Amino acid sequence: MDLFFFMVFALIALACALNVVLQKQPISSALSLVGVMSSLAVLYLLLGADFLAMAQIIVYAGAIMVLFIFVIMLLNAGAEETRGRSWISQILGVPALLILMGALCFFAMRWFPNAGFVKFGDFAGGGPQQLGYALFTDYLLPFEVTSVLILIAIIGAIVLARKELD
Amino acid sequence: MLEFFIITAIKLGLVLFVFMTTLAYLQWVERKVIAHVQVRMGPSRVGPHGLLQPLADVIKLITKEGVLPPHVNKFFYLLAPFLAVFMALISISIIPFGTSVTVMGHTTMLELADLNIGVLLILALSSMGVYGIALGGWASNNKYSLLGGLRSSAQMISYELPLSLAIAAPLLSAGTLSLRGIANTQAGYYLGFIPQWAIFQMPFPQIFSFLIFMIAAFAETNRIPFDLPEAENELVAGFHVEYSSMTFASFFMAEYANMVTVCSVATLLFLGGWQPLWPAALGSNFVAPVILFIAGAICIYHGLNPARPLDRYTLPAFGVVFLGLAGLMAFPPLVPVLTPLFWFLAKVSFLLFVFIWIRATLPRFRYDQLMSFAWKFLFPAALANLLITGFLVALFS
Repeated sequence: MDLFFFMVFALIALACALNVVLQKQPISSALSLVGVMSSLAVLYLLLGADFLAMAQIIVYAGAIMVLFIFVIMLLNAGAEETRGRSWISQILGVPALLILMGALCFFAMRWFPNAGFVKFGDFAGGGPQQLGYALFTDYLLPFEVTSVLILIAIIGAIVLARKELD
Repeated sequence: MLEFFIITAIKLGLVLFVFMTTLAYLQWVERKVIAHVQVRMGPSRVGPHGLLQPLADVIKLITKEGVLPPHVNKFFYLLAPFLAVFMALISISIIPFGTSVTVMGHTTMLELADLNIGVLLILALSSMGVYGIALGGWASNNKYSLLGGLRSSAQMISYELPLSLAIAAPLLSAGTLSLRGIANTQAGYYLGFIPQWAIFQMPFPQIFSFLIFMIAAFAETNRIPFDLPEAENELVAGFHVEYSSMTFASFFMAEYANMVTVCSVATLLFLGGWQPLWPAALGSNFVAPVILFIAGAICIYHGLNPARPLDRYTLPAFGVVFLGLAGLMAFPPLVPVLTPLFWFLAKVSFLLFVFIWIRATLPRFRYDQLMSFAWKFLFPAALANLLITGFLVALFS
C-alpha cells in the first residue's frame, strides 16, 4: 500500500517537475511547482514526517506559491520566448545534467554504502512534539540563526524597496 | 479491516448527505435571515415557507447551459472551480462532531478521521483553497475577474497570518494538534458551573484569539465585510463573472462549505466542541428536548390559529417533527450520543448565524482599509495575544 502510494506520488512529482521546465506559460509552470510541492508533502507523510508534510503544504504550496502566482498575475506575464538561448546550453545541457546526477549517486553510494531501502512507517519521530523538542534542544542554535537570517533578508528587502521609492 | 472499511463507508455516506443538505439549506437560511433583518419575507413561493427553494435552485443550476466563453484558458478555467470545491469539501473529513457511538456492537467515533495534525491540515487546506479563486479569476481572461482573483490572493495571504497566530494561542494550553484532543481538554467546569472552554480557560482566557480568529475567518471565506474578491458594485461579480451553471455552483458551494468548516473549527478550538454550556448535573441534558418541545408547541399553536391559509397544514407537520425530535433527544439510551451532537451543532449554527447576521449588518471594507486593518491591527494584536498566552502558560503549568 505504502509502496503503491510512493510510486504514484513520486511519478506525479517527477511529471510536475518536468512540466515546470517544459511549459511556456509562466502560470502553468508555477502551478506545476505547486504539484511538485504537494506530492513531496505526501512523500514526507509516507515516511512518517507528519509535521514536515503539513508545513510543506502550508508554507511552500500555500503561502510562497500563492505569492508567485500573485506576481505572475499582477505582471500579466505572457508566454515565454524560447529563442536566443546560447549554443553552449543547447549542446552541453543534457550531458551536464547526467554528469551531475551521476556524481550525486556516486557520492551517495560512497558515503552511505550500507544504507538499505527506505522502510515506510518505521520512523515515528516526525510528529509536531518530537520536531519541536529537537528544534529547541539539539538544533537550537541553527534554528535561531536561521530566523535571524530570515529577519535580515526581510529588512534588506524593505531597505531595497525604500531606495527604489525615493 | 473489512469492518473498518464498512463503517467508514457508512459514515462517509452519512456525512456527505448531511453536509450537502446543510450546504443547500444554508443558502435558504441565509436568504430568510437577511430578509427578516431587512423586514422582508424572503423566499416563500416554492414549498411551504420557501423550504423547497434549495431543491429548485439545484435543479436550475444543473439544467442550465454551462457556457464556456471563447476567450478563456480552458484547462485552468475548468480546473479552478474543481479545486475550490475539492479543498472546501475535503476539510469536513477531519472535523469530529461528538463522542463515540455504539451500533450493533461496533463502537465508532463521530468523525471520519482523527489526525494528530488535524489543525495543521485545516490550515493547509485553507491555504490551498485560494488557488481556486485566484486561478478562476486569471483563467477567465476578463479584467474584473483578474482583479477579483488578485484581491483574493492578497487578502488570503494577509489574513492567514492572524488566523494562524490566533489558532496557535489556544493550542499552547491544549498541548495537542488533534481536534478531538483539543475539544477534550476543554471539558470540566470552574466553580461547578463556568465551562472550561478555551474562551474562559485559565491562565489566560482565549477570548481575544477567538475574536481575531473569527475576523480573519470572515476574510478567509470571502464573506461580507471582506468580500472584496466579488465586490459586485465595482467588479460586477469579481472572480466568477465568467462562470455559469455548475461551475458557478461549485464556487458557491465552496464558499458555504468553507463557512461550515471555519465555524466547526472555531467551535472545537474555542467553544469547547460538544461540551455543554453548563454541567449535566444542572440539567444541560434537558436543553435540547425542551427547546425542541417549545418549537413544536409554538408550531402547533400557530397551525391551529393560522395567519395564512396554508399554515393550517404546514405548521402542524413541522410541530410533529419537532415533537418527535424532542422525544428522540429525551430517549435515555440515545442521550449520551445525541446531547453532545446537539451542543456541537447548536454552537456551529450559532456561529453560522453570526456570519449571516453580519452580512445583513455591515457594509464592505475599502481595499486599503482591508490591508491596513490586517497588517497594522490584527497581526500585532494576534502576536501580542500569543506572547501573553505563551508567557502565562509557561508560568502556570
